[in-house]
Amino acid sequence: MLGALIIVFREVIEAGLIIGITMAVTRGIAGRGFYIAGGVAAGVFGACLVGAFINTISGAFQGVGQELFNATILGIAVVMLAWHNIWMARHGREIAAEMRQAGEAVRSGASTLLGLAVVVAVAVLREGSEVALFLYGIFIASAPGSAMSLLAGGAMGLVLGACVTTLTYGGLVRIPSRYLFGVTSVLIALLAAGLASQAVGFLEQADVITFLPGQLWDSSNILSDTSILGRVLHTLIGYSDHPSGMEALVYVATLAAIALLMRLFAHPAAAKAAARVAQS
Amino acid sequence: MKPHPARSRRIGVLALSLAFLCGQHAFAPGALAPRALAQETAVVKLTLKNHRFEPAEPHAPAGKPFTIEVTNLDGTPAEFESKTLRVEKVVAAGSTITLQMRALAAGRYRFFDDYHEDTSEGFLVVQ
Repeated sequence: MLGALIIVFREVIEAGLIIGITMAVTRGIAGRGFYIAGGVAAGVFGACLVGAFINTISGAFQGVGQELFNATILGIAVVMLAWHNIWMARHGREIAAEMRQAGEAVRSGASTLLGLAVVVAVAVLREGSEVALFLYGIFIASAPGSAMSLLAGGAMGLVLGACVTTLTYGGLVRIPSRYLFGVTSVLIALLAAGLASQAVGFLEQADVITFLPGQLWDSSNILSDTSILGRVLHTLIGYSDHPSGMEALVYVATLAAIALLMRLFAHPAAAKAAARVAQS
Repeated sequence: MKPHPARSRRIGVLALSLAFLCGQHAFAPGALAPRALAQETAVVKLTLKNHRFEPAEPHAPAGKPFTIEVTNLDGTPAEFESKTLRVEKVVAAGSTITLQMRALAAGRYRFFDDYHEDTSEGFLVVQ
């Protein structure tokens, strides 16, 4: 039972953290509950579909369908997260002003909500498909008595995942709102960079990317990325205990690209204000 | 100094085309094609039964690419995983997956079924 709990928990940590961050980022935007719940529901549905058709997916593209599928899913999440940050760099100020004026409901956040709902959906889909396969395996293989205990373990793993979401959200919303935007921008940029390097990992496994394959370091003795802490850092900052050169390069390139695009598209008023502060 | 809008746009286009060019280089031409060479490369065949790998200590040649084939004979899904080989791939019940491996240095590489790590440990001996 403990084994099942740990396996399921390990898989849902990533989705749990991402949902918590998304909820903190969208606090105060009208209709966010609907979008995030919709993202989770779509992700769970997609995860079951992937679990059911895993053979078809595996066999596609000369046997590397699974890798390409995972890389695509991660790529979508990276683009949506980057887009959210860039969009907020331009409109975050307006939203904050509107929130202060209107008190609660804000309409202008809707376009970025859809992007974040997609992020939630793909996070749940990717990790959820492994949970679905694992639980399905338990369900058909074990003797009735032990299946119940294993399923209970799995369910507890899911509950712990939900606790991760609550803790992440609870921690982030404690940050005073004038710093919240800065903190979540950094969090989302790191998250996106980590997911981009995971996507590279899958493309390397599929032999699609063959550039800089060498392992940069092996820190699995210090902090294994299968441990709970390693897993959390794996999601939050993209920690890997054995990154390849290309994974590290893409990590840095993604961070740099997001920072550059945020600067280029920053709201002119914000840029002017910053310039005034710099001059004075 | 505030960046000129037109210049900002030009920088953006430049950055995008750079990213695209880098992408082109990283994707080696015909990277999916070399499977035609598979006849010449060694194939390591593994089967999973009762959540155990057979053989548990397969051998592979050092310094040249090879193929790993994993067949899952159990009625439940498995996930073939190895940190040191840098692979993780789901193997559905009763199905076979293949993995194209790069040339590896000699050594012992641990692998396992992520869903049954307690019973399924194995080592790939590269020499």
